[in-house]
Amino acid sequence: MNTRSLVSISDLSKQEIIHLLDVASKFDHNPNQRLLEGKVVATLFFEPSTRTRLSFETAANRLGARVIGFSDASTSSQAKGETLKDTIMMVSNYADLIVMRHPLEGAARYASEISPVPIINAGDGANQHPTQTMLDLYTIRQTQGKLEDLNITMVGDLKYGRTVHSLLEAMQFFNPTFNFVACKELQMPEQYKQFCRERGLAYTETTDFGPDIINKTDILYMTRVQRERFSDLMEYERVKNVYTLTASMLQGAKPTMRVLHPLPRVTEIAQDVDDTPWAYYFEQARNGLYARQALICRALDIQVP
Amino acid sequence: MKKKELAVAALENGTVIDHIPSASLFKVVNLLNLESQQGSVTIGNNLDSERLGKKGIIKIANVEFPEDVLNRIAVIAPRAVINIIHDYEVVEKYEVALPNELCDIVRCNNPKCISNNEPMATRFHVESRDPLVLRCHHCERTVPQNEITLKN
Repeated sequence: MNTRSLVSISDLSKQEIIHLLDVASKFDHNPNQRLLEGKVVATLFFEPSTRTRLSFETAANRLGARVIGFSDASTSSQAKGETLKDTIMMVSNYADLIVMRHPLEGAARYASEISPVPIINAGDGANQHPTQTMLDLYTIRQTQGKLEDLNITMVGDLKYGRTVHSLLEAMQFFNPTFNFVACKELQMPEQYKQFCRERGLAYTETTDFGPDIINKTDILYMTRVQRERFSDLMEYERVKNVYTLTASMLQGAKPTMRVLHPLPRVTEIAQDVDDTPWAYYFEQARNGLYARQALICRALDIQVP
Repeated sequence: MKKKELAVAALENGTVIDHIPSASLFKVVNLLNLESQQGSVTIGNNLDSERLGKKGIIKIANVEFPEDVLNRIAVIAPRAVINIIHDYEVVEKYEVALPNELCDIVRCNNPKCISNNEPMATRFHVESRDPLVLRCHHCERTVPQNEITLKN
């Protein structure tokens, strides 16, 4: 495996995570640094993800790289039956770095094993999306001034949501207290609760979403409850409103508390939250640019002054 | 009257795999690809066993397998015992040991795993030995012992 690839957040040590956040902070202050002059970055999106692709392409462009790629597998040779291996081998002849999004789980790990150039995973099915986790960590540190000893409440789809799973794994280094808020159908899977217990990370679990939890929270991490996760649509209709955050629920929240969301949101955060001082999800999305600039430089072994 | 003799005589040279759980016997036969063996192969099943209740046993004449090949059967027969026979004597005897990593032996149960959609070798890590739990190197899903399926 190419050691500069990034497939899963667990590929990074605590020291590497902190270093990358420091590098991202440099780009936050000055995003236009032509450190990748003459480099070519390929963005291979085997399934569409406009937000993530634009963020990566903006990151590469602001670093002075050129970008090639496709945004939909139907326009690539995959539609003709080409294997992933052949696509990767072909593109690695042209590009210095491959950013890839793929609907199949493990696709990025496999690509990193066969590719002569580094791979950055921009999401592989329901498995991993490590650059999302890095921007989440960056945003948490930015808003709280630290990563240690925070009370983090995760709300919504904790069963299938890969962002909450990766964030939980990454936070293991920083002594968090977690609150898992979800309906019975979408609770945090046992393997992640076991992960917490094995590492001595405190957590609570509840189906009630209200001021009791919100008022002690530092980071309120909201996720989308997807209709397709439910076999019973009546149940979906009930649940989606129970886990909707409204401005009135935030009256007793800590002034430093911030609401995050990986976006896109649907109904889980009411529009009236946007204008409160606690809303931070749009700034969070912008941080994706800086986090991805830092990760691209890591992959290409480029020192950021 | 002529005394009937058992055709399954003691092995002069070869390998005996003993203490295979009856339910796993034919999986072991498949795993070792014994149908392509030219020499004599004796397969016994549902034999009484103190340890297992019922067990299977396989005798393969004039063949010795590399240890790493035999260790693969630990996935389905974790307590199987290997006897290497030379000149009717057991010259080596050991219980199979599951390697830390299984390369191209087990199939991933996740239909959305890349390993089920691309011509490639599977790779699994042994997450826990007792109870046996494997983790797919690629999609990172775990597989408990009762759901392990071998790759054909």
